[in-house]
Parts: sequence; C-alpha cells; structure tokens
Amino acid sequence: MGQTSSAIELRNVTKTFGSVVANKNICLDIRYGEVLALLGENGSGKTTLMNMLSGIYYPDGGQIYYRGEPVDIRSPKDAHALRIGMIHQHFKLVDLFTAAENIRLGMPGSAGKNVAAQIKEICDRYGFEIDPDQKVYNMNVSQKQTLEIVKVLCHGADVLILDEPTAVLTLQETQKLFRVIKAMKEDGKAIVIITHKLNEVLEVSDRVSILRRGEYIGTVETKDATELSLTEMMVGQKVDLNIDRPLVEKKKPLLEIRDLTIRDDEGNVAIDGVNFYIRGGEMLGVAGIAGCGQKELCEAIAGLRPIESGMMVHGDEDISRMSPKEISARGISMSFIPEDRLGMGLAPSLSITDNVLLKSYKESERHSPFVDRKRGREEANVIIDELGVITPSTETPVRRLSGGNVQKVLLGREIKTNPNVIVTAYPVRGLDINSSYLIYKILNEQKMSGVGILFIGEDLDVMMALCDKIMVLFHGKVMGIVNAATATKEQLGLMMTGSLDLTQIKDTESKKTGIAQDSNIKEETV
Amino acid sequence: MSTEKKKKSGESWQMHIVKREMLSRPRAWGIRLAAIAIALVLCALLIYSITKLNPVKVYVSMFKGAFRGSLRTWNTIRDTMVLLCISLGLAPAFKMKFWNIGAEGQVLVGGIATAACMIYLGNQLPLPLLLVVMFVASCLAGAVWGLIPALFKAKWNTNETLFTLMMNYIAIQLTAYFVALWENPYGSNSVGLINPDTHGGWFPPLFGMDYLLNVILVLALTVGMYFYLRNSKQGYEIAVVGDSENTARYVGMNVKRIILRTMIISGAICGLAGCIAVAGTSHTISTEIGGGRGFTAIIVAWMSKFNAFGMIAYSFLLVFLEKGAMQIASDFGLNNETSEIMKGIILFVVLGSEFFLNYKISFRKISAKEEKNA
Repeated sequence: MGQTSSAIELRNVTKTFGSVVANKNICLDIRYGEVLALLGENGSGKTTLMNMLSGIYYPDGGQIYYRGEPVDIRSPKDAHALRIGMIHQHFKLVDLFTAAENIRLGMPGSAGKNVAAQIKEICDRYGFEIDPDQKVYNMNVSQKQTLEIVKVLCHGADVLILDEPTAVLTLQETQKLFRVIKAMKEDGKAIVIITHKLNEVLEVSDRVSILRRGEYIGTVETKDATELSLTEMMVGQKVDLNIDRPLVEKKKPLLEIRDLTIRDDEGNVAIDGVNFYIRGGEMLGVAGIAGCGQKELCEAIAGLRPIESGMMVHGDEDISRMSPKEISARGISMSFIPEDRLGMGLAPSLSITDNVLLKSYKESERHSPFVDRKRGREEANVIIDELGVITPSTETPVRRLSGGNVQKVLLGREIKTNPNVIVTAYPVRGLDINSSYLIYKILNEQKMSGVGILFIGEDLDVMMALCDKIMVLFHGKVMGIVNAATATKEQLGLMMTGSLDLTQIKDTESKKTGIAQDSNIKEETV
Repeated sequence: MSTEKKKKSGESWQMHIVKREMLSRPRAWGIRLAAIAIALVLCALLIYSITKLNPVKVYVSMFKGAFRGSLRTWNTIRDTMVLLCISLGLAPAFKMKFWNIGAEGQVLVGGIATAACMIYLGNQLPLPLLLVVMFVASCLAGAVWGLIPALFKAKWNTNETLFTLMMNYIAIQLTAYFVALWENPYGSNSVGLINPDTHGGWFPPLFGMDYLLNVILVLALTVGMYFYLRNSKQGYEIAVVGDSENTARYVGMNVKRIILRTMIISGAICGLAGCIAVAGTSHTISTEIGGGRGFTAIIVAWMSKFNAFGMIAYSFLLVFLEKGAMQIASDFGLNNETSEIMKGIILFVVLGSEFFLNYKISFRKISAKEEKNA
C-alpha cells in the first residue's frame, strides 16, 4: 500500500536551445507509490525534461512544484535536497572504485561511515544483489545499473528517474529490474521511467505521459492503453506496426563462415570457433548481450579486423585472407553498416556529397588527380530523392542531419555499390519509428533482390518478425541458430545468457549447427 | 528617472550562451572587422592610460613602420611570404589533425640544406640550376624532418605533438653546429653573408625587384595548396582522415600511408620556407632564421581555417603587427613589452571573435516572483 500523493508537478515547463524548442509547455504529475512512464521517440525531449528536474538544465519558462510548493531547482544539489535521484543512461561511476566507495562519494563526511550497513539494508528491502567490495570495472552493465540505483537510494532519494534503463539489459535482467521497480513503488517511492519501448510501458507503469517533438501530448492510465493507441499518440498518426518478412526462394549459401576465431583489441578471444552461413535472399539475425563478440564478427567480415583462424567462403573461394582489392576483383561486394554511424562509416563534418563519394572517389576517372564532385552531387541527389533524406542541400555536413537521415545516407551509399552481402549492426538504433520501418523496408527490398543480410539487433521482437533465422552468441560462442518464426523470447533470452546451449542438444555427427547441407565447401578442402 | 533605472528588488538577469545557426559570409566578415575595430579602440585606451600618448599618432607610426618607403614595404611583403609559406606547409597536416608544431625545426633544416648548397656549390653551378638544387635539397631536408615523427606515429602511435616539438630542439642544435662549422670570419660566432661578392645562390632580382621571386614562389604555392586541399583526391583523403580515422579505414584508405605522405608534403613546404628565408631573405644561416614563425604560422593556419587564400590576409596582419610594434617601440621610446601587449590584445580579440561566429549571448530576466521561490 503506497501513498499516492503528488511528489512533483511540472506546469508549462519550457526549454529552448537556440532556435530549437526541446520542451514546450510540458505538464507532468509525478506521484508517490506510482510508476510514471515518460514515452516519446528519440529527440522528443524526454531526457531534457528530466535533466531539468535533476538540476542539470534550468527551465526557460514554467514552474516546478514539490509537494505542492513552488520550487526552483538550479543545480544537482538542489535536486538532491528535494530527494530527486536520476539514473542516467550513461553511468556516472568511478571505474577504479568499489561499489561502496562509489556510493560514499557525494555523501557528507560522517554520513558515509556505515555505508556498508546502509547498502545491505537497501538490498534486503528491495531485493537488489550487490557486493559492496566489488570494483566497478569488474561489473557487467546490469550490475553497474543496480549500483546506480542503490547509490541514489542511499543518498536518500524518494523520487527516482530512470533514463532508458532497459536499453542495455537482456530480457532476464529487464525482468529483474522491473521486480525491484515494483518493490520500490510498493515502498512509496515515486518512479519515472523514460523509454520508447511500448511493451515495457504496458508492463511496468501505472500511467503514461507522452511527448512528441518537445510537446506534451497527454497522460493516460496504462490499463486503458494499448500498443497501438500509445504509438499513435507518440507518432501522431496511425502506424502499421507489422514488420514484413517476405519469403524468398532458397538459394545456395552465399557466405559460409567455418570455425572462425577472432581476437578483440586486447588480444582476448572474441569469437570462438563460430560456424554459420547466409543464403542469398536470407536475413540472419544475430542476438546477444553487449560485448558477446558481435562487433568483432562484423569487423572481421567487413575486412577491418584480422581473423585468427577459420574460413570465410564466398561462393567456393575462401576470402578470409584476401585483400579488399582481391575480393572486389572477384565481383564480391560486402557492405558493412556499422552501429556508430558517425564514428565509422561516415565523415561527420563533410558534406553529403563527399560522404557519398567515400567508397568510389578513387575509381571514377582513375587517373585524374581530382575528386569528381559533380558525379558525387548527382549520386547524392539520387539518394536524397529515393530514400527521402530531409536536408537543406547536398552540401550540408552529415552531422547536421537527424539520426534517421544520417542512416539513410549511409544505407543509400552502400546499396549503390550493389552488395552481395550486407552486414548491419543495430541499424535502427536512435531512429524514430517511421525511419525504423523505412530501414526495415529497404533491407527487405535488398533481401528480395537476392542479397544476404546479417542483422545484428537488440530488439528481440523486431528480429523475430524481420529475420529468417536468429543466431545467438554468448561470449563468442554460438548457442544455437533458430527459426525466427517459431522461436520464443524466453528461449532466446536463456541462450543469450548462456543458460541454454542448443548446439549441445541438437548437434550430432551428421548435422552440426551452422553448417549447410548443400555447402559449397568441399570436404577435402576442410 | 533614477527610480525607474533602479533595479526592482529580486529581479536579476541570466546570461545564456546559445549556438548560432550558420552565419552568412558577409555577416561573418562583418563580425571579424568589428573585432579589429574593437581591438584598436581597446589598444588606444590602453596606450592613452599608460603613456598619455595620442593613440592616433601611435597608429600612424605603426602604419609607417610597415609601409613607409619601398624598402619597408618590401620587407613587410618578404616576411609575409615566409610566414605564409610555413602556414601553407602546416595546413595539410593540421587539416588531417596531425599536430605538426615542428615547423620551426623543418624550416631550420631546410635552411641548413640551402646554406650548404650555397657554400659548397654556390660558385660552381649556374644560378638557375643551383636554385633548383637548393629547392630540392631544402624540400628533402624538411620532408625528412617531418617524416620522422610521422613514421613513429604510424608505427608505434607516438604522440606527434611532443615529437615534432622535440625535433625543433634537435634542429636548433644542428643549426648551431653548422654555424660553428661555417663560421666566417673566424671568432665571429656567425656565418656572415654567404658569397657576399658573387651572390652565388642568392635569389636573383626580377624586374629590378629583390624579393619578387619569393612572392611568385609562395603565391604559386598558395594557389596550388588551395586546389590540392579542396579538389584533389589526396586532399579529400586528408579531410576524411582528419574527420574520422575509423571511417577512412572503413572505406579502405591506407591511413598510415596518407599520414606519411601528408607529413612529407608538410615538411617539404616548411623546408622550402627555410630556403626562402636563407637564400631569398637573410643570405646567411643562424638559429634565428625561423624567428618563431613556425609557431606563429600555427595561428595563421587555424585562423584561416586552412583556406589558403585566407592565410594571405592573416599572415599579412601578423607581420604588420610585428613591424608596427617595432616601430612604435623606437618612435616613442616604449619598451618592447608595450607593443607585445598591443599585439596580444589584437590577437585575443580577433581570435575571440571566432567564438561569436558560432555562439551568441542572450540575456533574460528572471522575475521577482520566480526569484522568491528559490
């Protein structure tokens, strides 16, 4: 039984950055003993709003009330005094310190003395698991997040704001998080959870407030809401949430990976004896928790990372040790669409034209010492028209574009190279719903034209709807490859945490996971 | 009146720094010109408050220092060209985000190579051939000096800022060694004019103008560098590597090769600046031929945002300030520091104006009511 009195009220809060209105006349009501979900697409102003509550930004207009009294939150200190605690998306922890030391930081001298006892009390009360003496650098993401929550509780917060807390968690970890959120709610804490995932909103919250492009759309009771009604409020129009999975006639394996081992930057084994294959016209999803080797796998296939051992067979040739030149001389074209699009893949300060030219500037008029910008502009215009990139001109630096448009430029350039295989890592990360669906559509079009696609994803619902097969990695090992249409989330979740290893169950002498029966690799070459 | 002006209790202003949208070109230049005007006013106030001199007179004297008579005018042009040449050399390196602060050393080794050619070949080779040999030798020397830190960077990822800086000191010591070696006359501790009678290796006067060859060389280089950075495939690669090394690697550029190649070009142009300083200007070699221009050129390259034509204006501004400051120091018996202060104020304001090209400051009132809530 929690109290449901008002903790914090926002009335017409406005914040602008230059000419950009991040928040416009937002009204919120945060109550004790209740979970409020703040729902909105990327860039709709959720985080800005919460930063004003935690004293990082100061509103340009409007008023904040604390327990009915008007207050002025000018610094994180003021927020602390009002018992507001924020758990940021990017953790603010000192890596070299232990859990207890991190919690003691920012507590007045004497209060930190029996911090271990406090931690234990809080852990017992809400069901956290945390070792006060563990160093942060030894923790995984979920443990770090737990520590962040325990930290703000130890600092006395009774209003907790969690910014996209599930973005980095596996399904099982998310379930665990929701259990403690519910326990805190029962204890009378006020909780705000910022998210753009609808199923989580429906699962954990009591009320939902929706923002769209910085504007307050409204608040609804969760029990009256559906995924469709929330999406409509969030996007402002009816959206078809179904993802197509066009069926393409099975072709011979296009790319076969056999016993592949790759090391990461520190020299540890990141991918460990992995087997899989992609057929033309097939989309293979790769699921796994962060750091399970997806990044290294992509980079190796794209030729950016040397492989330790194993084969990468395209058609009937092993390309794993060929130079990019030799590979392209065989008419093989692989496209890698990396997750950090502005860090790798695009040059952010250069114009769209220059970015479109990145892959082809050398080939055009091979002997001319000059860059053919005229052709670049033409190609840029084609991409802008075909994919609907919103930009002032072809000469706009790509970092000035929105996330969705950045991705369209990158994807457009890659498709123009007519790839046989597309490797894409988190292609919709940071994109709004409409852009995401457009990206799915483009990938499906490529698939239907016979391209093999390796799709590294994070949203299991999307992968189960979009991909043909899903391969699960755990610490660089394949836990199994399942049919996406018949897999369940629970099964995938267990495989992602290493609790379920299908290869142990299913592999026999004659049939091994990830080895095609109609393989192009002749046995004597193995 | 006074009551109106008086602040109401509890009312206060809050300052805001806000990012600007893209500024139009004329407005941007307007801000820059305004900055120079503000700097001149600030300097005038300072001059008057310290020395009680008429600031207008001081400015006239500054202008005369740089432009009175054709000799001074030519000296200003000559020094501008050396500074411009070094800046042109730095531009590709900086555009690639390779922090080459070793121009001073690259100029010195280029100067040593030139002096060596003049001393050992000066009276043997015909002048046109000798000039070509000097150009090549100075470029090679500068290129090697620039290449060494680049090799270490490419191979072991050493920090090029420290490395190029240290290379300066080696170059200074090396110059000191050669000055001792070529000392003339004995015991003077300097090299003196090289080939004072035959003028072997001196840049020849063109159309009766001593420094016209310097101007032609450097301006040709300016045009070349402008198009190299803007239109060439190599310039494009430099921009991509400078913007995102990962992306460059991702599209298959050989990043190491691009770094090495660019530093060869950068060092070679700085070496050529050494040649112009020795054979085209002082006709002798000393540790002072760089005169700190290797560092001043960093300011020029950055202020002009690597636009080769913009560098002409900024090199000229800096040399003008230097000449003018020297002149007012002697005309009014001010010591060197006064003119350094003026130079500092002008540079500070001009560089500071770049901030206002990207941001603007706005104020807003916080009402008494809000204040009370605090």
